[in-house]
Amino acid sequence: MESSVLIPMLVLVPLLSAALVVWLRGDGGAGVRVMSLASTGATLVIALLVACGFDWSRGEVVQMTSVAEWVSVLGLSFGFGVDAISLWLILLTGFLLFLVVAGSWTAVANREREFFFWLLVLEAAMMGTFVATDVIFFYVCFEFTLVPLYFLIGIFGSTQRHRAARVFFLYTFTGSMLTLAGILYVAWFAAEQTGVWSFSISHLQDIAPQLPSGAQTLVLLALLAGFAVKVPLFPVHTWLPLAHTEAPTAGSVVLAGVLLKLGSYGLLRFALPMTPEAVVALAPWVGAMAVIGIVYAAAVCWVQKDIKRLIAYSSVSHMGFCVLGMFALNQIGAEGSVIYMVNHGLSTGALFLCVGMVYERLHTREMAQMGGLAKVMPVWAFFMVFFCLASVGLPGLNGFVGEFLTLMGAFLATDVLGVGYAVVAGLGMILAAIYILAMVGKVVFGPVRLPGMDEESSAERSSAWPSDLGLRETATLVPLAVACLVLGWYPAFVLDTIEAPVAKLILPARQVLDGSRAGGFEARGPGFDVAPLSANNREESAHEFRLAGIGSTRVDMEDVVVGEGGGR
Amino acid sequence: MTGMAHNLAGVMPEVVTLIGACVCMLLGSSSRSGPARATPWVAAGSLVLAWLMIGGSIQAAGDRAGIEAFVAGRLAIEVFAKGALCGVGLLLLALVAGGASGQRGPGKEGVPGEYYSFFLFSLTGAMLCAGARDLVWLFLALELTSIPTYVMVAVSRAGREPKEAAVKYFFLGAMAAAVFLYGFTLIYGATGTTSLDGVGAYVMQNGVTPVFAAGLGLALVGIGFKIAAVPMHFYAADVYQGASSSMTAFLAFVPKIAGFVSIIGLLRVLDGLDPGMYRSVTSLMCVMAVLTMTVGNTLALVQSNVKRVLAYSSVAHSGYVLVALVPAFGVGPEAGAQVSASGGVSEGDWAVMVYLIAYGLANVGVFAVLSTLNRGGQEGQTYDDLAGLARRRPLHGAVMLVSVLSLIGLPPLAGFVGKICLFSVAIERGHTWLVVVALLNSAASAVYYLRIASACYFETPDAGITVECGPLRWFGGVAAGVGVLVLGFGAGRAIDAARGTTLIVDPSAAVAQVDGPSDRRLATISGRGDDRAIVHIKVAGQVPIGD
Repeated sequence: MESSVLIPMLVLVPLLSAALVVWLRGDGGAGVRVMSLASTGATLVIALLVACGFDWSRGEVVQMTSVAEWVSVLGLSFGFGVDAISLWLILLTGFLLFLVVAGSWTAVANREREFFFWLLVLEAAMMGTFVATDVIFFYVCFEFTLVPLYFLIGIFGSTQRHRAARVFFLYTFTGSMLTLAGILYVAWFAAEQTGVWSFSISHLQDIAPQLPSGAQTLVLLALLAGFAVKVPLFPVHTWLPLAHTEAPTAGSVVLAGVLLKLGSYGLLRFALPMTPEAVVALAPWVGAMAVIGIVYAAAVCWVQKDIKRLIAYSSVSHMGFCVLGMFALNQIGAEGSVIYMVNHGLSTGALFLCVGMVYERLHTREMAQMGGLAKVMPVWAFFMVFFCLASVGLPGLNGFVGEFLTLMGAFLATDVLGVGYAVVAGLGMILAAIYILAMVGKVVFGPVRLPGMDEESSAERSSAWPSDLGLRETATLVPLAVACLVLGWYPAFVLDTIEAPVAKLILPARQVLDGSRAGGFEARGPGFDVAPLSANNREESAHEFRLAGIGSTRVDMEDVVVGEGGGR
Repeated sequence: MTGMAHNLAGVMPEVVTLIGACVCMLLGSSSRSGPARATPWVAAGSLVLAWLMIGGSIQAAGDRAGIEAFVAGRLAIEVFAKGALCGVGLLLLALVAGGASGQRGPGKEGVPGEYYSFFLFSLTGAMLCAGARDLVWLFLALELTSIPTYVMVAVSRAGREPKEAAVKYFFLGAMAAAVFLYGFTLIYGATGTTSLDGVGAYVMQNGVTPVFAAGLGLALVGIGFKIAAVPMHFYAADVYQGASSSMTAFLAFVPKIAGFVSIIGLLRVLDGLDPGMYRSVTSLMCVMAVLTMTVGNTLALVQSNVKRVLAYSSVAHSGYVLVALVPAFGVGPEAGAQVSASGGVSEGDWAVMVYLIAYGLANVGVFAVLSTLNRGGQEGQTYDDLAGLARRRPLHGAVMLVSVLSLIGLPPLAGFVGKICLFSVAIERGHTWLVVVALLNSAASAVYYLRIASACYFETPDAGITVECGPLRWFGGVAAGVGVLVLGFGAGRAIDAARGTTLIVDPSAAVAQVDGPSDRRLATISGRGDDRAIVHIKVAGQVPIGD
């Protein structure tokens, strides 16, 4: 199939242009920037082409697949392919990176070549994680994102950049080492069962649920060690404020916009389908962590003095909703979680761009030193308020959809989470409104305050004011605003496409849940015992039996009606 | 052919390097500049020639042995080890020769011509270790590897430090030799033969006696000196620091390969035994692996001299490799885990070889860059000496970065592939907790490796440091960096080669005789302690991906 070539191109185009950026003649400067913009633009076009060629009616099927052998003994391969969920995240990545390059046009004064080199490498790595159909290929890209970001923060960050870069790298690297152990264990288990070493995601998804529940719990904990740090979930979020605050604008945007999603994507893609029993058992705990994170981070936001740090903490709070919806383990929550990923990427990415623009002008992030910017920079103020509202979940803008669905999911998931979780998380929403509006009130409205101008009279003089957004900066923000509006008014076109793939991913967990509620039990024996995976007698087309050692029948998604939560 | 000719056919590469070493000895001590200048090229020529002959010599040996997959696997390891020694040896040679030509003159450093001779002697010893079939042979080969290195450390650069390092290295090395020689004698005493095959046959018949187990344990600990494994790691930091950078690169690779192939060879005598019989040896190796990784990384964290850091990190890397060499305990963590009747002892060898190549290449890259730094006539070796390197010499920075990231085990570089291989082998044997310890250790190692990278990229350059890089060192470093990248992506081929699947074994022939007891690599006979044995056929391959 011809269109399958497009998927590897998503990785190769940024990677090769990164190499070109290094070899490009001249002093760097304009050539490098144009090259990077062209490359990210081309990648976005490829992503759009993929979206056009994608059969959205079969969104749950991994399409446009291609495989390149890597290490055949261990079954490692570079497997490419997309389903609807990964395609949306690919589109988000392509879109954001293009805008980030445009937004960073004047952000770096020297070592531009390195800046754009690492940015392009980062794009390649992120695309790689989303197109991978092989767990190790996913993991390779997942880990490799650390390197470009390490350099983006360490070279181009602000004062504490070295420490921030190191903490970021080591924190996330340590977590994902445990994830690797978990992945290897699952692959070994699958190899024992089938006699074939393979890291293909679909293969492991078929076999892994047969793990005994004790082992499943350990595997889930190992996966959480890497992914929860990346998300970041409450107790392991401490790397994020530092990294976000010290990173250059582009780094923050990509970090908040895409990299955090790698964690939630990993949970959704691996943890949920591979360790369903453990997920069901631990869901209340993970949900509790998510809820604590929502409220705690929101409270921390309230007392921030640094505007960038505030938005960083708001990311912790927001990603809590994402995880909460996912671990509601019902259709509505999981769908909300996916759309939350896209929405959070758009609105928080845009907020970091806005903050970066104001930092370029005022050279401070202290909220105490700025005020009344609506008078000084009206265009900027418009966008700032707009994205703040989008982020806080104003109905009609995109943030609302995800927040509503995830809360709804938690509320309806009486078998795992329940009303309490939804109520406390709802409290987080209120807190979010408070801290965002407090920030907007201080920074955007009120009397004009600018750094270095203590007397109000001098600050009121418009001659000393920084310039408002230029054409390039406005052009960077407009597409994001449009996307926020569109997704806010008409989210159905995303939701419809992710319905089937989400149902497929939460199916194993649903089966465990429904099975335990119906009083069914799971025969689980070592070796060659026949283990019925779901003992419920709902209207699934057929009972699915898995014969250890031979493989399993594939679930036909059209015939599966997923549990009550999904009655949308 | 006669028996003598047969035996010689298997060691032709060693014969070539040995002759090369002798020629170098004569040329290098010449007082005229012409022959002295030709010495490195003679050394390089003999290495290339040996490299070319490896395939043929093993093929000859393989023909004699017949196509027996088990033997083929062993030969593949041998071929791989020798190939690695010659290939990486060429890069190491480039580092040495590059230094001599770049720094000749009064007051400058440079190595005497005999150095190349010792270089080749040591390599020859390591190559002989790979093919050792006899304890006496193994002992001589190990000593042939070590003794030249004592001299090489002493003359590798001017000043008192290398002399002191050489003396330390010599005395500790002699002690280690005594330990493993004692182990060998115990093995001989227990089994009555020095032939490794004979020892294997003896223990297969009579079981593992306490004397034999003690001998094997002592031998392993003694050989631990060559790989700088705890408790034989004490020399590493001082010797690495004292020797010149190019010599350090040599020390971190050649004796290590010799040590590991010897351990592999020794452990082969356990092949086919019930793992329960040699539990003490397995426990010993577990303890060694954990201590080696952890002690190495912990000590590396607190150093400020990059060469000492790399010394302790090389200790840690030996620990990772040991993880894959620990035989199965026999009872996995899972109830009903299958006990491989072969003990799986030799199944992980290929992973070890892949990892060692990856490690060797990255190591050459790091030391190549270090060897070009010059602070007041001395080679740079602190974090401060590396400061801002990437800004002054982007290529040097890139080689350093790629090598260091590979040493961390960051995907998709060679080190990552190596680690995946090592750790999947270990998990297959039920050592999941060892793998977790190893992975956490890798995370800890990122701390000091990143410090090297950040010194190169984030700090401002120091005026006191000059970068002197001759074309040969440039070649050595860049070739190593490219090798790390290529091996990362093209690992499949290297692994196939290391497992011997493409070299000698005709796959159809091998698969056809799956139930033959000799074909241990493809068929794993599993039992659960009772007489119900189930035969699982493991087919190397992969299911198609995609829906």
